[in-house]
Amino acid sequence: MTSIILLSVLGIVNLFFGFLKSNKILLPAAMVILALVFGVNLIDWNADPRSYFNEMLTIDRYSVAFTGIVVLTTLLLIPFSQKYVREGQENLAEYYSLLLFSLVGAIMMVSYDNLLMLFVGIEILSVSMYVVAGSDKRNVRSNEAALKYFLMGSFATGILLFGIALVYGATGTFQLTQINAGIINPANASLQPMLYIGMLLMFIGISFKVSAAPFHYWTPDVYEGTPTFFTAFMSTVVKTAGFAGFFKLLMAAFFAAQGFWVPTIMAITVLTLLIGNVGAVAQTSIKRMLAYSSISHAGYLFIGLVAVNGKLSANAIFFYSLAYSVATVASFAVLKLVSDQRQREDYAGFNGLAKTNPLLAFVMTVAMLSLAGIPLTGGFFGKFFTFGAAIDRGYIGLVVFAVIMSMVSIYYYLRPIIAMYMQPAENETAEPIAVGSFQSAVLVLLALLTVLLGVLPGLFSEVFK
Amino acid sequence: MLTAFLLFFPVAAALLLHFAKGNAARVLALGAALVEFAVAVFAAVSASMNMAPGNSAAAYTPFSINIPWIESAGINFHIGLDGLSLLMVLLTTFLVPLIILASFRHNYPNASAFYALILFMQTGLIGVFVSLDAFLFYFFWEVALIPIYFIAGVWGSERRIAVTFKFFLYTIIGSLFMLAAFVYLYFQTDVNNAGLTSDISAFYNLTLTASQQAWVFWLIFIAFAVKMPIFPFHTWQPDTYTESPVPATMLLSGIMLKMGIYGTLRWLLPIVPLGTSQWGKLVMILSVIGIIYGAIIAIRQRDMKRLIAYSSLSHVGLMAAGVFSLTFMGLQGAVIQMLAHGVNVVGMFFIGDIIQRRTGTRQISELGGLTKHTPLLSVCFLVLLLGTVALPLTNGFVGEFLLLAGVYQYNPWLGAVAGVTIILAAVYLLRMFQRVMLGPETSFTSTIQDLTGSELAVLVPLIVLVFWIGLFPNTFLRISEPAVLQILALVNR
Repeated sequence: MTSIILLSVLGIVNLFFGFLKSNKILLPAAMVILALVFGVNLIDWNADPRSYFNEMLTIDRYSVAFTGIVVLTTLLLIPFSQKYVREGQENLAEYYSLLLFSLVGAIMMVSYDNLLMLFVGIEILSVSMYVVAGSDKRNVRSNEAALKYFLMGSFATGILLFGIALVYGATGTFQLTQINAGIINPANASLQPMLYIGMLLMFIGISFKVSAAPFHYWTPDVYEGTPTFFTAFMSTVVKTAGFAGFFKLLMAAFFAAQGFWVPTIMAITVLTLLIGNVGAVAQTSIKRMLAYSSISHAGYLFIGLVAVNGKLSANAIFFYSLAYSVATVASFAVLKLVSDQRQREDYAGFNGLAKTNPLLAFVMTVAMLSLAGIPLTGGFFGKFFTFGAAIDRGYIGLVVFAVIMSMVSIYYYLRPIIAMYMQPAENETAEPIAVGSFQSAVLVLLALLTVLLGVLPGLFSEVFK
Repeated sequence: MLTAFLLFFPVAAALLLHFAKGNAARVLALGAALVEFAVAVFAAVSASMNMAPGNSAAAYTPFSINIPWIESAGINFHIGLDGLSLLMVLLTTFLVPLIILASFRHNYPNASAFYALILFMQTGLIGVFVSLDAFLFYFFWEVALIPIYFIAGVWGSERRIAVTFKFFLYTIIGSLFMLAAFVYLYFQTDVNNAGLTSDISAFYNLTLTASQQAWVFWLIFIAFAVKMPIFPFHTWQPDTYTESPVPATMLLSGIMLKMGIYGTLRWLLPIVPLGTSQWGKLVMILSVIGIIYGAIIAIRQRDMKRLIAYSSLSHVGLMAAGVFSLTFMGLQGAVIQMLAHGVNVVGMFFIGDIIQRRTGTRQISELGGLTKHTPLLSVCFLVLLLGTVALPLTNGFVGEFLLLAGVYQYNPWLGAVAGVTIILAAVYLLRMFQRVMLGPETSFTSTIQDLTGSELAVLVPLIVLVFWIGLFPNTFLRISEPAVLQILALVNR
């Protein structure tokens, strides 16, 4: 709760820094705010669950853990925000503040107890994203991304809201636990069709937000057009918050209706894995590849949802989100540094990077290996735990399919590595890419964190007991 | 503690190499590898003191460590050294310094990264040989793959990108099958609600039905078959051996290939004995096909490096056949032949590399008459070659004799067919020797220099080992005997 208040207040304070016309202070200020929020959030780690606003929100271990991920991700990402728009761009303060405000939405999504809070959280997060998608104002593609995202997103929001209304109609409440009680209640049996339609509409809305197939169509275009820094934010924070919220919804509110939604989600899972992985293979731009890769990772996370395996699933989703976020931030950070300087986002733009910038190449390699799920990196144990949770419940066919898909993924995750280490640079005089010393330190930290997750997974694998 | 030191010292040294440049890097790498070898020898000596034959239970204990790794999942960091592991660790730690020394004559760009990757790989290899937990084993299995992929892919020759890509995909897909099997077995361990565990002893104690074992057998076998490689999973091997830089070829053929055989001994036969007896025959036949196939293709090769690659394919088939004969002689033969093949193949690739560097070619037809200028090289080459051909008194003889005896016990016909390997090996290897070393000189070979001091420093230890294993195989056989007996007891339970 403190973190929500802090972020809202300090976000406004940050906005006022804009009036000082000293853009240099913005980044350190935002980092201090985020570090502060991260620390304050962890205070509640061992506290008993507490409800706020007439049980609209609950701060418990679950929400603290996922809040930790989203805040940490933003904190690690934000050093790469410099020059995310063209030189001479104004209104920088607004963008930093929008990020802070959007985190408020993310936190609400992981700690809600009431469907209205879920909706408000999603909206806070989404509206900020619509704006930042178009933050590169003079770039046509950025404008296109913002328009596309906004039109599709608001449509999905409408569907989500419609779903919530139907669920309310079928159960008579917005409270998660009471919805579950309402589903069990035999008096509501005649309202079952309404409930199911409501659930379905909600799934569509949320699937859109986490870019799961078949509601993923916006993702590649929007990710590509949006300035890379914000793309990274979208594919980590938005996704983590979305999944944490979705899991909570399924476990707390719809647990009794498993027989209906497990097959539904399973179909979404299979489709998402297929489209994400096969789509990524065909890409020539690394940014678009990462967009499809983020779709495929939504699929792997869905496996944790399908398993509905109590704390096993929750732990798996936590670990996966953490490993995925760290690796994704690292890969987008490198992509942004390279593409800013070389003005291209395709694989060939990475050629010979190991010679000119060994550090960038190394960090990118670690990130790619982690996303591919190769041991020694966090991504392996992320997949290991999610797949384990599903096998424990007997979904062997699903896991076999997911494993085959991750074999496919090795193909496209190796391509940047091959370009960086094994292809010569396109022109011999390729200049090293300028990386600030602080940014280098953060990159090293990201790589170390990924390896730490892969070597000592026990540290993070049992967050929920 | 000794085991943990052996496991983590190379990777620590690899991290230190980051701060060294050029010459300093390779000297430091060599020093680290020698320290590692000294420690392994110390471990072996102190182990063989209290390792009486038949006393297999005591074998693990002095060197084992068992602490929780992922506590909630019952996955432990369980490592230990029994006779079998010990020999594999000895082989690894013996070959790595020689491989590093052998690479001194090449000035690889970005040397510190190159040598760091070799040491990093050593940690992965030793991890494979000492792990006693299934997921730990899988972890190191993949850890060993990443550095060799980069060594071969970055420092290899022209076609390296496509070739190493195929190698990486092949092996990683193979090992994913193994992982699937391990996960399946892991979920079977929860008997009496004692909790899941992936410890090797729990896997040994599983009671699976014959049909379960058949599935698990194939899942695990594919991973090992790709690594060794056994026909028809071998298609990555000749290209990868040929396109890799020589140190990588040596690592692949000298040590990494043994991961597959070691894995079969430790993680396949004792876990699914029924599956093994059900499908072992088919594997034997595949192995014997591989022996003949590799040998026949080797005869047709014109490129020295490729010829040695195919000869390695042929020899590994015999090792696999010996393992699946499930006889004491076959298993002991496989163990001793792993050591012998490691020594011989590394030496052969090294000599091939020396000749290529001196003359600029490794086409057999372009070479000839080397003996006149290079007596030392010729002697070394001949010794290693005769070791590979399995002449009595050399290491190859002991290994192949035991292996063939094991295969013969299993099935005389298969034994007879597999025995052809010795004849065929003599054909292609002696023919190569004759054409390269004897005969008239060519324009490539007229000005060749003999071995230098550092080259001798690599070859002499190898040649000593050729004779040592050939004359006193018991030094090694008695170390592996308790472990082999234990494996056989588990297979025949």
